[in-house]
Amino acid sequence: MVSASTAGRTGTRTSAAAVDAARAEGRAALVAYLPVGFPDVEGSIEAAKALVDSGADVVELGLPYSDPTMDGPVIQRAVDAALAARTRPADVLRAVEAVAATGAAVLVMTYWPPVDRYGVSRFAADLAGAGAAGLITPDLIPDEAAEWIRASDEHDLERVFLVAPSSTPARLRSTAEACRGFVYAASLMGVTGARATVGAGARGLVERTRAAGAERVCVGLGVSTAEQTAEVAAYADGVIVGSAFVRCLLEAEDRASGVRRAAALAADLAAGVRQR
Amino acid sequence: MSAVRASSDWPAVGGLAGERGPYFGDFGGRFVPEALVAALDEIDAAHREAMADPAFLAELDHLHRTYSGRPSLLTEARRFAEHAGGARILLKREDLNHTGSHKINNVLGQALLTRRMGKTRVIAETGAGQHGVATATAAALLGLECTIYMGEEDTRRQALNVARMRLLGAEVVPVTIGSRTLKDAVNEAFRDWVASVETTHYLFGTVAGPHPFPVLVRDLQRIVGLEARQQVLDLVGRLPDAVCACVGGGSNAIGIFHAFLEDPDVRLLGLEAGGDGVDTGRHAASITGGGSGVFQGSRSFVLQDEDGQTLESHSISAGLDYPGVGPEHAWLAASGRAQYRPVTDADAMEAFRLLCRTEGIIPAIESSHALAGALVLGRELGPEGVVLVSLSGRGDKDVDTAARWFGLVSDADLVASEAARVAETPSQTEGSGW
Repeated sequence: MVSASTAGRTGTRTSAAAVDAARAEGRAALVAYLPVGFPDVEGSIEAAKALVDSGADVVELGLPYSDPTMDGPVIQRAVDAALAARTRPADVLRAVEAVAATGAAVLVMTYWPPVDRYGVSRFAADLAGAGAAGLITPDLIPDEAAEWIRASDEHDLERVFLVAPSSTPARLRSTAEACRGFVYAASLMGVTGARATVGAGARGLVERTRAAGAERVCVGLGVSTAEQTAEVAAYADGVIVGSAFVRCLLEAEDRASGVRRAAALAADLAAGVRQR
Repeated sequence: MSAVRASSDWPAVGGLAGERGPYFGDFGGRFVPEALVAALDEIDAAHREAMADPAFLAELDHLHRTYSGRPSLLTEARRFAEHAGGARILLKREDLNHTGSHKINNVLGQALLTRRMGKTRVIAETGAGQHGVATATAAALLGLECTIYMGEEDTRRQALNVARMRLLGAEVVPVTIGSRTLKDAVNEAFRDWVASVETTHYLFGTVAGPHPFPVLVRDLQRIVGLEARQQVLDLVGRLPDAVCACVGGGSNAIGIFHAFLEDPDVRLLGLEAGGDGVDTGRHAASITGGGSGVFQGSRSFVLQDEDGQTLESHSISAGLDYPGVGPEHAWLAASGRAQYRPVTDADAMEAFRLLCRTEGIIPAIESSHALAGALVLGRELGPEGVVLVSLSGRGDKDVDTAARWFGLVSDADLVASEAARVAETPSQTEGSGW
């Protein structure tokens, strides 16, 4: 799986390369999520670029979906607003192109129905054309992903599936084997959103996922502060933060101050992943 | 009849009726977060073991006979049939079950399964409130904790059912995100479940969602068709020409269709909620007015836009007001074994009124879609025809909606009834109430 090439398509930075570069510096990678279309498409591009400038190694751009069953209230609110403004897959591809131009690795995070509707093969081709490293698929398990596995192989895209504290050893193995890039370990059983503490089982899950064959394991869900980032960076290859950035944009009085707050948080968390 | 037990013969069934998922043709599967896979596997295993365990089946059978009132009656609707070309119309009376609909069949089975898995809490989604009330009922009976998710719009439209659930000891959580209706209640139940799955069973209400729910709920609803098939044979001496059932998610329809899948001469007709008419875009007809897609855990027919975003459904019947449908129906439609037609709000309400006045039975508005289908089909078949109709629920919950539809209450009464509502007046014309 993850031992596959980290070079990727010409000119496209992969998440594997970004994680490996962080590892070479003796630290974990910072992976930052933002949904495209909030506060609007240009605003989300501007914010994502600011996160890269402030130290995010990998950017996850969310494709808004009407029924985000894995997301808590913060991301739900942002996605609702993005959809109300008619954010479409073409907007997401445009955002990918703009953010990838910074040299950062860009993954698209998407629920499966929009990709299924777009056409898996066509979506893969357009993603590759826009310079995306690949996809994170929170509601697509490898068991259902035959078409996506074919298309991602064909277009040399990374595919990031999730593992959870409830995953059996057999499923950890099959998921690790199906992933390219890294394995996304959900730190706890629950939806996205800040928590007071990172799930106690996260470290054990990372260890079990590595034992199941994963070369790179990044941890997400519930991580929002520099302290938590440092804590997770001590045992994971990357730390994934989403809702905390979205909250900066949601709570800001205006776009510029929201971007400033998100960038300041990214700088904080970037320091966190260097404190392991 | 007494020999028929829920699903007790499923391992012996072959052919069309032997499909056990996860796929029905191209439909079904599990489009869910990895975090839920272990729990779905656990339910799948518990379901298989339970259905092969005589003690489990005996306990379920006992509850059916002594608690919910099975077998349900078969009633011939002679005066109603005069409006259906003279064909014989036979009503399978699920409306007479405890809690007023077929929902109790599924709920009792899953509640027993919850206990069998060692879980202590159930959660469920509800639209009109029927599945929520049935779940709260079974939870009270078996001493389980119970949380029901219900779109905020629906809690306003169905305030009495909210009160019923609370009387039964359930916590009712209004869902305030998205369109605030049934699909959002399902989303919120999944969010609860992913965090509570160790102690909690998601008591899914219909034959949709990820595997094994479509098969599990079908197996628990099959009793409707197993009973009805024998009852029709006993009464008429032959099988019916057609079986009519309304289809939202599709649990009562699968329940009554399933026993007839291997009877190729029996037409199976599912009636979808056509709302204002499929051509208006304001409907809930996923099969006749939607397309293939992934929605809430499985591949089936769904109402979605060109970007795969779920479209809002519209129906006077809250129980059919859902933009998806179970994958086994999608498969039966694609294969041609069953046909599906839309019935408009207006046609359903005419059938509703007709059954009230000709038979002294107030049907659920959901079931009235099936009655409207039977009227048309009866005229097609003529006096020699025999049509079996799933009367899936009773209409007590719909009296307010019907009174307004037919103008049976004065403006002053309406003002008083509005004032009595727990929340402010809901917006016009969505779902089962105004």
